[in-house]
Amino acid sequence: MTFDFTFFSGSLLQTYVLHGFLFSLQLTVLATCGGIVLGTVLALMRLSQRALFHWPATVYVNGMRSIPLVMVLLWFFLLMPFLLGRPIGAEISAVITFIAFEAAFFCEIVRSGIQSIPKGQTSAALALGLSQQQTLRWIVLPQALRNMTPILLTQVIILFQDTSLVYAIGAYDMLKGFEIAGKNSGRPVEAYLAAALIYFLICFSLSQLVRHLQQRTSFTK
Amino acid sequence: MIHLSKVNKSYDTVKVLMDCSLTVKKGEVVVICGPSGSGKSTLIKTLNALEPIQSGEIITNGLSVHDAATNLSALRSQVGMVFQHFELFPHLSVLDNLRLAQIQVLGRDHSEATQRAQSLLARVGLQAHANKFPAQLSGGQQQRVAIARALAMDPVVMLFDEPTSALDPEMVGEVLDVMVQLAQEGMTMMCVTHEMGFARRVAHRVIFMDSGRILEDCSSAEFFGDVTQRTPRAQEFLSKVLAH
Repeated sequence: MTFDFTFFSGSLLQTYVLHGFLFSLQLTVLATCGGIVLGTVLALMRLSQRALFHWPATVYVNGMRSIPLVMVLLWFFLLMPFLLGRPIGAEISAVITFIAFEAAFFCEIVRSGIQSIPKGQTSAALALGLSQQQTLRWIVLPQALRNMTPILLTQVIILFQDTSLVYAIGAYDMLKGFEIAGKNSGRPVEAYLAAALIYFLICFSLSQLVRHLQQRTSFTK
Repeated sequence: MIHLSKVNKSYDTVKVLMDCSLTVKKGEVVVICGPSGSGKSTLIKTLNALEPIQSGEIITNGLSVHDAATNLSALRSQVGMVFQHFELFPHLSVLDNLRLAQIQVLGRDHSEATQRAQSLLARVGLQAHANKFPAQLSGGQQQRVAIARALAMDPVVMLFDEPTSALDPEMVGEVLDVMVQLAQEGMTMMCVTHEMGFARRVAHRVIFMDSGRILEDCSSAEFFGDVTQRTPRAQEFLSKVLAH
């Protein structure tokens, strides 16, 4: 068996792959930002002493983390038309599902980040007269965020790889782009290889960045 | 200035403070000593409500500390506290450590907070280190910054929780010097410490605790004077700490 990559051309990539690639990136960025914001809210709820906040967040996070992403994707995509009375696009459905799903994972990262800050820091801030909220805003969260940056980025790498799961609901992402490009040129194996290479390059450079950050933060500690 | 009456505190079934009563007048320097686990640190942390209590009453600077209606933020900003492990904020520069609460709690503007911070850093001999981060300072320097940070709030009383216990022996002196100077300026101080030299030289009163109870509350002259007048537990403690 011989590989032939000559069918790849700029126009082929532009026609089939480019907008899929951009959607994969978009999905990663939106799910990261939305997931961190929602995850931080969930983390604060889980750390709350009040049962009213604590329990719903705990049930949500443990529930989400026990279900495969691809099932959540499918359920949401198939159930929404029943609830809304009209179908929503696969891409929008994917963005919402990813934010909701990743939030559960980011929640646990943020929660352990907050718990990694020694109690003495909170005591010192409170003793100066700062309120609970001010202590969180100025003392705990900035330090927690710095401690958890490497692991957050690691989660983003996993998230980027997981975006390929949107094939289940037919959304047009990078993998789908390569698949169609391969089919149309009669070279599916080479197309999948090229897709793998791009996933590898992006994930590998991100993990190098994680390593670099880990070395830097351990230096300042 | 500070008044405790019949304060009780327990963790589940373990009683850590039992019927503690004491009064500290304005300008007094009170040293609290006793074996570890005797409740000294817990006692000092109840004075600004960092530790809750189960019964009794604490009045600090006219405010009932454990009354739900008390504005804790206002109370705490008037009570400076220095911790055993410094607890400087590692992500903020020395200057920002001193400025943050002035701006956020007292509502001072940036330049006023900077001015106050710099004059206090000069006072503890660290004006050259204003832009460094805590990790770049020695333990003694960090603790002096922590004292300056507490003073920046213009507190009416200063609480010290074993301020020299985590320091290298060589750095104890520089921190004690700052505390002695504060005491001489008339600051009301409560200090949990094992530095008996400091207690003898600077304190007006010494409180001795064991197993959550206040066993001795007398002038430092009395405490270090005729040892035979002390409770047996205090005699035992003194004979150990003063032996060498």
